[in-house]
Amino acid sequence: MNNFIEFDTSSLWVVLPEIFLLSAIVVILLLDLFLNKYSQQVTYYLTQLSLLISGILSFNLIDHPQVIIFSGSFILDNMASVFKVFIMIATMIAMVYSRHYLRAHLLFRSEYFILVLLSILGMMVMVSGYSLLTLYLGLEILSLSLYALIAIAHERVYAIEAALKYFILGAIASAILLYGMSMIYGISGSLNINEIANFVSNTDLNSRRTLIINFGLVFLVIGIAFKLGSVPFHMWVPDVYQGAPTSVTLFISTVPKIAAISILIRILVDGLGSMHSYWSDLFMVLSILSITLGSVVALMQTNIKRMLAYSTISHVGFIMLGFVTGTLTGYSAAIFYTLVYILMSLAAFGMIILLNKQGFEVDQVSDFKGLSKHSPWFALMMLIVMLSMAGIPPLLGFYSKFFILQQIVSSGFITIAIFAVIFAVISTYYYLQIIKFMYFDEIDNKITINASMDMQLVLSMNVILILVVGLFPDFLIQLVLSLF
Amino acid sequence: MVSLSEYLILSSTIFCIGLVGIFVNRTNIITLLMCVELILVAVNTNFIAFSHFLGDEAGQIFVFFILTVAASEVAIGLAILTLLFRGRGSISVDVINSLKG
Repeated sequence: MNNFIEFDTSSLWVVLPEIFLLSAIVVILLLDLFLNKYSQQVTYYLTQLSLLISGILSFNLIDHPQVIIFSGSFILDNMASVFKVFIMIATMIAMVYSRHYLRAHLLFRSEYFILVLLSILGMMVMVSGYSLLTLYLGLEILSLSLYALIAIAHERVYAIEAALKYFILGAIASAILLYGMSMIYGISGSLNINEIANFVSNTDLNSRRTLIINFGLVFLVIGIAFKLGSVPFHMWVPDVYQGAPTSVTLFISTVPKIAAISILIRILVDGLGSMHSYWSDLFMVLSILSITLGSVVALMQTNIKRMLAYSTISHVGFIMLGFVTGTLTGYSAAIFYTLVYILMSLAAFGMIILLNKQGFEVDQVSDFKGLSKHSPWFALMMLIVMLSMAGIPPLLGFYSKFFILQQIVSSGFITIAIFAVIFAVISTYYYLQIIKFMYFDEIDNKITINASMDMQLVLSMNVILILVVGLFPDFLIQLVLSLF
Repeated sequence: MVSLSEYLILSSTIFCIGLVGIFVNRTNIITLLMCVELILVAVNTNFIAFSHFLGDEAGQIFVFFILTVAASEVAIGLAILTLLFRGRGSISVDVINSLKG
């Protein structure tokens, strides 16, 4: 039964992206000691290079036959590889945007990039984790780096407060998640996801064992809901989004969502899939609350980062609706929504960062006033992003909502679908408000765009991607459908 | 001989003390950290008890990892707390209320 010693060097090829990234982090960290203050750009370029290489290494592992190695604690399947590639692409885009922000606010420190790389490593472990232990360790590597990343702007009182709130609530969430894990371990006698799955599917759903599994399940769902930021465990989201430096907000709002979705899939779908009827009810309540609160409270926000935080909460509600369906297509729809949301969120926060300049922090909705007169091109970009977030066809955001609602309706939850559509319409108001500010209001503060060429180029391409993939969504839909 | 259920009752009691401590505590943030540690102690008790009664070592190995992670977590937490004290001159829970809306 015990195969702790089992080790095969050929399995190292499968974890090559992780091993490469870890070595790259060590090398960059050491190299950084010898760089002076003026050559810190080198750290940035090395970060981009190592992200690119581990992205390529992960890309090569797509279509690799599914293997479970290291005594069943690490899995490589198509989902893991595709997620890793997406993590790398999104982080590379986020780093291009971050550089502009960090330069403008004199926060350009190499620790920033090291911490980002470390959190990426944590996410890769989470995406490939196949035992409760690896999933937990990945989650902690990710969270600990993020706490430090927010506090990197240590002169700002708001950033420290955000870091502290995120830290306390994150620590509570991890502890609650662990309590659930201990219960599942106690009843099933194993930490491995496939052994847990075997145990659960062989359990008679009317026996008393189900009670203990259910008890653990509630804690697991609470822990995961905390990490995803769904109501009523959303308290940290608005505060962290508002308080953190915008480039960190951009990072937190995008890439870790993939990791959170994958821990959800590994534990609840792969591990406790046969208990679906129990956890889908919890998810239904969480997603309805998230959609309602996210759409309504965002209406009253004047701070754009806080507004986007509430909009994230309502998007998370939609993502969780995909898991209510209990069909594989429904789960694919949730993954599709996540990937689309990440693309849109990157572009939206990228636009906020674009307007930042030396000593001028953009964080109010009204800072977008009159943007169309100053820069028609970027006003158009913001228009596309906002319409896509609101879910207007033919943009990408429409297909993600459509895909989820279609799955919800075909599983017979018509009332929930109607409810979700009503709140999606309400949430359109605050997206349109930004468009109104950009096109119909006079400039009342001096907007200048002095971002470097690469930032402007990547941002434009990001938005054009939303438009193009929105016109031809088949490829992405086929991709997410092939993941299960 | 202490039975498994007694261990579980002990651990759930510690868990509840930790959780209640987080919600009723209005004095200072270090107490919050202590409450989080209490919850982790409850988890560790659970894992060790289950591992002993199942005859499976994996649970005890998990506990070592939890202890290590908890140590680094507290290190980061206290570092952030130091920064907060520098900025605000206090570590009371009441001073972290400027972000709202």
